Amino acid sequence: MITLRVNGKEVTADVDPTTPLLWVLRETLGLTGTKYGCGMAQCGACTVHLNGEAIRSCVKRAADAAGKDITTIEGLSPDLSHPLQKAWIELDVPQCGYCQSGQLMSAAVLLAESANPTDNEIDEGMAGNICRCGTYSRIRAAIHRAAAIKAGGGRV
Amino acid sequence: MSATTIKRRDFLKTGAAVGGGLLLSVYLPELAHAESLTTPSVPKTAGTFSPNAFIRIAADDSVTIIINKSEMGQGVYTSLPMLVVEELEADWNKIRVESAPVAAAYNHPSFGIQMTGGSTSTASEWDRLRKMGAAGRIMLIAAAAKKWNVEPQSLHAEKNFVIHDASGRRASFGSLADLAATLTPPTNVPLKDPKDFKLIGKSMRRLDTPAKVNGSAQFGLDVHFPGMMTAVVLRPPVFGGKVVSINAEKAKAVPGVKDVLAVPTGVAVIANGFWPAKLGRERLEVTWDEGPNAGISTVGMREQYASLAKTPGLVARKLGDPAKALAGAAKTIVAEYEVPYLAHAMMEPLNCVVDLRADHCEIWTGTQFQTVDRLAAAATAGLKPEQVEIHTTLLGGGFGRRANPASDFVVEAVQVAKAAKVPVKVVWTREDDIRGGWYRPMWYDRMVGGVDAAGNPIAWTHTIVGQSIMQGTMFEPFGIKNGIDDSSVEGAADLLYGIPNLQVDLHTPRIGVPVQWWRSVGHSHNGFAVEAFFDELAHAGGKDPYELRRALLAKQPRMRAVLDLVARQANWGKPLPPGHGRGIATHFSFDSYVAQVAEVSVDKNGALRVHRMVCAVDCGRVINPDSVRAQMEGGIVFGLTAALKDEITLERGRVQQRNFHDYPMLRINEAPEIEVHIVSSTENPTGVGEPGVPPVAPAVANAIFAATGKRVRKLPIRSIQMV
Repeated sequence: MITLRVNGKEVTADVDPTTPLLWVLRETLGLTGTKYGCGMAQCGACTVHLNGEAIRSCVKRAADAAGKDITTIEGLSPDLSHPLQKAWIELDVPQCGYCQSGQLMSAAVLLAESANPTDNEIDEGMAGNICRCGTYSRIRAAIHRAAAIKAGGGRV
Repeated sequence: MSATTIKRRDFLKTGAAVGGGLLLSVYLPELAHAESLTTPSVPKTAGTFSPNAFIRIAADDSVTIIINKSEMGQGVYTSLPMLVVEELEADWNKIRVESAPVAAAYNHPSFGIQMTGGSTSTASEWDRLRKMGAAGRIMLIAAAAKKWNVEPQSLHAEKNFVIHDASGRRASFGSLADLAATLTPPTNVPLKDPKDFKLIGKSMRRLDTPAKVNGSAQFGLDVHFPGMMTAVVLRPPVFGGKVVSINAEKAKAVPGVKDVLAVPTGVAVIANGFWPAKLGRERLEVTWDEGPNAGISTVGMREQYASLAKTPGLVARKLGDPAKALAGAAKTIVAEYEVPYLAHAMMEPLNCVVDLRADHCEIWTGTQFQTVDRLAAAATAGLKPEQVEIHTTLLGGGFGRRANPASDFVVEAVQVAKAAKVPVKVVWTREDDIRGGWYRPMWYDRMVGGVDAAGNPIAWTHTIVGQSIMQGTMFEPFGIKNGIDDSSVEGAADLLYGIPNLQVDLHTPRIGVPVQWWRSVGHSHNGFAVEAFFDELAHAGGKDPYELRRALLAKQPRMRAVLDLVARQANWGKPLPPGHGRGIATHFSFDSYVAQVAEVSVDKNGALRVHRMVCAVDCGRVINPDSVRAQMEGGIVFGLTAALKDEITLERGRVQQRNFHDYPMLRINEAPEIEVHIVSSTENPTGVGEPGVPPVAPAVANAIFAATGKRVRKLPIRSIQMV
């Protein structure tokens, strides 16, 4: 039995502690917004925040996340109000959408660390997340847009 | 699948002649006595109005559009409702979209089965869905006319209301639902004049985006219900291998593993979650009979293909006398082009949930091939097709893989459920996906071209070597004619350039590696060989590659227009810094015209960077312009991954790649700036999902030549040999 703090709530999970956090989130807690893509930290579809840091939950043992703050896509905002979600909707970033939870969670950390990231910073911060549909140019534009929304809510 | 693989034009022609949609029933007998192919079967629910299988209006004013195409990123859950709502006059902000069940009413109007592919969704639904919407509107207006005792001509519909212009009376669609449901659907359904379109032609935001940015979007892998088990399957190390013996002792000792079962495709580990199932699979000890494919190697295949390419194949197209023209040419060149097997590598690995009961089978999966999957699942389960229900979830990418002619991932899941005797979700790992076959075939192309004294191309021969994707499938009867799989030669045999002497011939070796349509299908290799070789021929004749294309497209005004547009937007001819180069390519596929210019640089170590891709497209009338842009952007990134990154190779019958570390995808830091220009057109809509892919690799290869003088004739291009 392990205790996790997910999206601000304490939850317990009766799982083998070596189970990757990804599968505990998805299958035990029913938080299916976090995706499986590769199982070896290559694609970033499983990205969540652990104490504010973007991690690949497919290679993180659940037990190692105990006692830390875990945020998943479901906890990014309760109502699509996160600047990144607004920008993603405004610029119609997703295509199939499968990788987008991970993209958003990586972008959220990038934006928290750099209020107005350059293209290079975006490329660096987002290079761990694969999008097979090829939405990269929109991801870049949407991160810039989110930075502007966050800065003033205004237009760029 | 490719539209042209079933020889689209002939198909549409014949299809229309025999009453649309009936062609496939010749080969799928179950369809012939399925529900009527023209009359939609509509479930009757009290208080709701369903004028046809695509629309449901409820008393609470909700308008649900039922979409028969699978949403795999291409935006059909937005662009197709636009067609319905344009004519229905519903309130765009209040509609809901639902995925269709499997029913004949939802069959592809030309292909006769329920499926999504061939970049045909918009083209094939363009008329039908507008008519469905218009029929609904006519009935709602008729209901209001009856209610108010006025002439229907005095009423109009707008944003979910029927309005009596003279009195200003308004009735919501929901309030008319009951009455409308008692009326007879109209037989004559006139459509709007395009100048009156309110939605069509406007960039509408995708309806599925909110759910895709808060984690609530449901993909197949997200389906879960109490009592459902998870299974992973250990498949043979060599295609076609068989289990000889299983030692499951260690696998069964893994906590959470419930069962280990032999199934026709291998050994299934059933567990109470993915992780124990995967751990269990790692602990299986299985002896395999590897079968006849254990000798396959890419190196050996390449030798075989290269020698076949030097011999004449079956002639797919002949024009003039190429041999004579080549003999008399001022200059001839020969080049051989090669592309590897490629996996589709959708971000969401394959998966399928099956709840199999004695007289019913319920399936949840992201499929592009509902009719085929239902028939295959029924046959596997020993049920009738109507006893099988398929819920199409969102697809985390498709690219053709989820339209499997053998329904491989669905049939296997039914087999596992049958053996396990519990509802089960079969999950493919990324390794299973990369090693699972059904690849874009490996191809080898030998090209010979000749120019006259003025440098104009006068002869062109193209010998194609590669596996058929139709052979052995239910599509063989119309996909292969006189030994030629049309999808093997598409984009080559239908060359648009005016070259007077032309021959395209084909060798179709049989190899034990399963192959399948992969985004843009035959165009994905022929586009490369044809457009890169055209560039070689232009240079051989001392011509500018853009100007020569332009000259030879004199009879192809639509292609010429996109070519001119892309050249202008990309500043063709304007000097670039040393080490940089531009390359141009065009390609006609899925009835759409696309031209692209790549701008690349190659440094002294041979490192390649694609800086910018400019794309022009003519896909007929555009429904949702931003969606067309998105598909071109996506197609370009998909094409770049193929051009720069990947190959599936085999050694001793074993696939040598397994995950994204050795089958990499283009990443954001490698993604170029992309510019898309859409030609305005009033022609009927044509494909957009696939046509963006074929010109990418040749545009890049031609740009590399412009930058370095080095010809690239083999994909992937990982670096340029600068010495």
